[in-house]
Amino acid sequence: MSLISEIKYRLTVDVVGPSYLKWERRKMTKAIETFKPKNDYSAPPLKISAWTKELISKHYFRGRYVEGHEPVAWVTSGGPVEPLKALGYFVIYPENHAALSGARHAQLELMGEAEDAGYSRDICSYARTDIGAALSGKTPVGKLPKPDLLVACSNICQTVLYWYRVLEKHFNVPLVIIDTPFVYDEAPPHVIEYVQKQLENELIPTAERVAKKSFSEKKFKQVVQYSKEASELWLEVLNTGKNRPTPISIFDQFIHMAPIVEMRGDAITIDYYGAMLKELNERVKNGIGAINNEKKRLLWDNLPIWYKLRSFAEDLGKYGVTLPASTYTYAWGELAPMIDIDRGMESMARIYTYPILNRSTGHKLDTMRSMVKDFSMDGVILHSDRSCKPYSIGQMSQRSKLMDEFGVPALLLEADHNDPRAFSDEQAAQRMESFIEMLGVDDE
Amino acid sequence: MSKFSALGFDIGSTTAKIVAVDETGKIIWQYIENTEPKIEEQVENLLKKVKKEVGDTLNIPVVATGYGRNLVLQANRKVTEITCHAKGIFKAVGHGGTLVDIGGQDSKVIIISDKGKVVDFTMNDKCAAGTGRFLENTAERMKIPVENIGKLSIESPDEVNISSTCTVFAESEIISMLAHGEGIAPILKGLHRGLISRVVGMIRSVGLVPPLMLSGGVVKNDAIRKMLSESTKQTVIVPEYPQLMGAYGAALIALKE
Repeated sequence: MSLISEIKYRLTVDVVGPSYLKWERRKMTKAIETFKPKNDYSAPPLKISAWTKELISKHYFRGRYVEGHEPVAWVTSGGPVEPLKALGYFVIYPENHAALSGARHAQLELMGEAEDAGYSRDICSYARTDIGAALSGKTPVGKLPKPDLLVACSNICQTVLYWYRVLEKHFNVPLVIIDTPFVYDEAPPHVIEYVQKQLENELIPTAERVAKKSFSEKKFKQVVQYSKEASELWLEVLNTGKNRPTPISIFDQFIHMAPIVEMRGDAITIDYYGAMLKELNERVKNGIGAINNEKKRLLWDNLPIWYKLRSFAEDLGKYGVTLPASTYTYAWGELAPMIDIDRGMESMARIYTYPILNRSTGHKLDTMRSMVKDFSMDGVILHSDRSCKPYSIGQMSQRSKLMDEFGVPALLLEADHNDPRAFSDEQAAQRMESFIEMLGVDDE
Repeated sequence: MSKFSALGFDIGSTTAKIVAVDETGKIIWQYIENTEPKIEEQVENLLKKVKKEVGDTLNIPVVATGYGRNLVLQANRKVTEITCHAKGIFKAVGHGGTLVDIGGQDSKVIIISDKGKVVDFTMNDKCAAGTGRFLENTAERMKIPVENIGKLSIESPDEVNISSTCTVFAESEIISMLAHGEGIAPILKGLHRGLISRVVGMIRSVGLVPPLMLSGGVVKNDAIRKMLSESTKQTVIVPEYPQLMGAYGAALIALKE
């Protein structure tokens, strides 16, 4: 890489792009301050939204130019990003990109590309969206950088193992698979050791070779510190939902979770969630809720239905129903206390092994029960997600147990996180409205 | 002389039902006709009919339910079928339990408390196989009046197994069976069995709380009631107006307004 090209790259991604995005953020902040919601139940939007947009745009803007300047890794969400960040990798999360495509209603075209290439509609819609994006080069973010390294961790599902093999074949770059054994109760020490060895003996040497850099313990420790602080702040952000009215709903959380997924390990993420927490605490102090007429509070289980975020928020909001928390957004914060800076690699091996999706269905039921209690929930919506089998398995019995053993009303809602063709608007609306009536919203 | 006090509309996917109640919640008038594509116009005409046959609708509270409820512009409130059916059946039979409602395009199972509140419910998934339309389609395909299919099924000593759980696929399966010389009555019996097995699956998913009650247009078909009773080993209670429980519940809610 020539010096001129490097200077041009730095100017573009560190000066020109960020300056423009900062200006956009200022404009958006002003617009938010004067924004009047179209209905009487919606609270004004969070001011932090302008910063969220800036962060995400900056990330994908850098992605457009990064090839050849910084090593690029594509990683599964909840995968071992900290060692890669310590080696200076620019990281893309295909799932996050797929979700963003879904929220921008660009996913159908991408899934179509994958389906045309022969990938079945029964495969996860995130996988189809991203395989479609990889095959066609199409993306709503302008351009996705080609990976130099692929890292798939089995802690979220088995699909990623096949999905990343497709990417490996397509991009012809090394793939590292980190196998995290399923945790039934607690992970025994040999499991953590097994994961740690894969990080030390497989991931780091391969990542070093690809990046042509040596792994620095000092840098790694710094990244782990940043990850811990950001995850703790995210957890605090989510816990503001325990207030009544909740200052934040899952519809905000689903958007504002992007940095904790995509920019975990960056210093800026700490500043960002610190600012968000400040804004939410202000809201709590002033009694401002995510909706103005909070009557009932529901817990959401599973991934969001990305293409329905706004309409769901509106449909529920008009009845005075708010969703202060979800097991999904909580998954990105609940492990924060487990991160031990002084036992860096071992504690990260533990974090990668313990996500909710790698634990038993009984554990998820316990999580839901305690969240119902801690957040004073009136009921639970379990999104039975056609595309996420590991998250959806056990929901039938979890629903029955919530209802029968704990007296918590619960609704099973069939949908798909990214494929609107597996979603029936009218029927979902029927179920949701019936459930809301059952909760007795009208009696209040 | 009872006084016309409230009106309930149930605009379903197949039929439109209206119930007028007096101040005590007793049904004083009812009417059923097929749902038309232009629901707003149909509702206008139905209201004219009410005016003529029951009395002036001015100041009469109206609640609408059913898939077309949002098109009943005259309604003071729109309430889902789940709530309305629970209200209707509770008043009609005087107790809670498990209500199975098999409608034209959806079927539902509602658990009702001894105070008449909805405790839990489930509806058929994205498929019409557990609904009246499933039987109607097949009857039409076999050129048998829909009123006769229940009787034919009950009388048939034989039964074939219909494996398809989809209305459209079941139709092709039936055509193939007819081509292979299977009799009409055993096929019909198998079809009823298929529908009942889906409904029983729904009952299981929420957990049966006796007594078992049945409503919806499909109740006119005796085979459904008989097979449901056989499969669940429960006596099936059918209200006096099984098709009107949604509209009746809507009228009762309107009465409280």
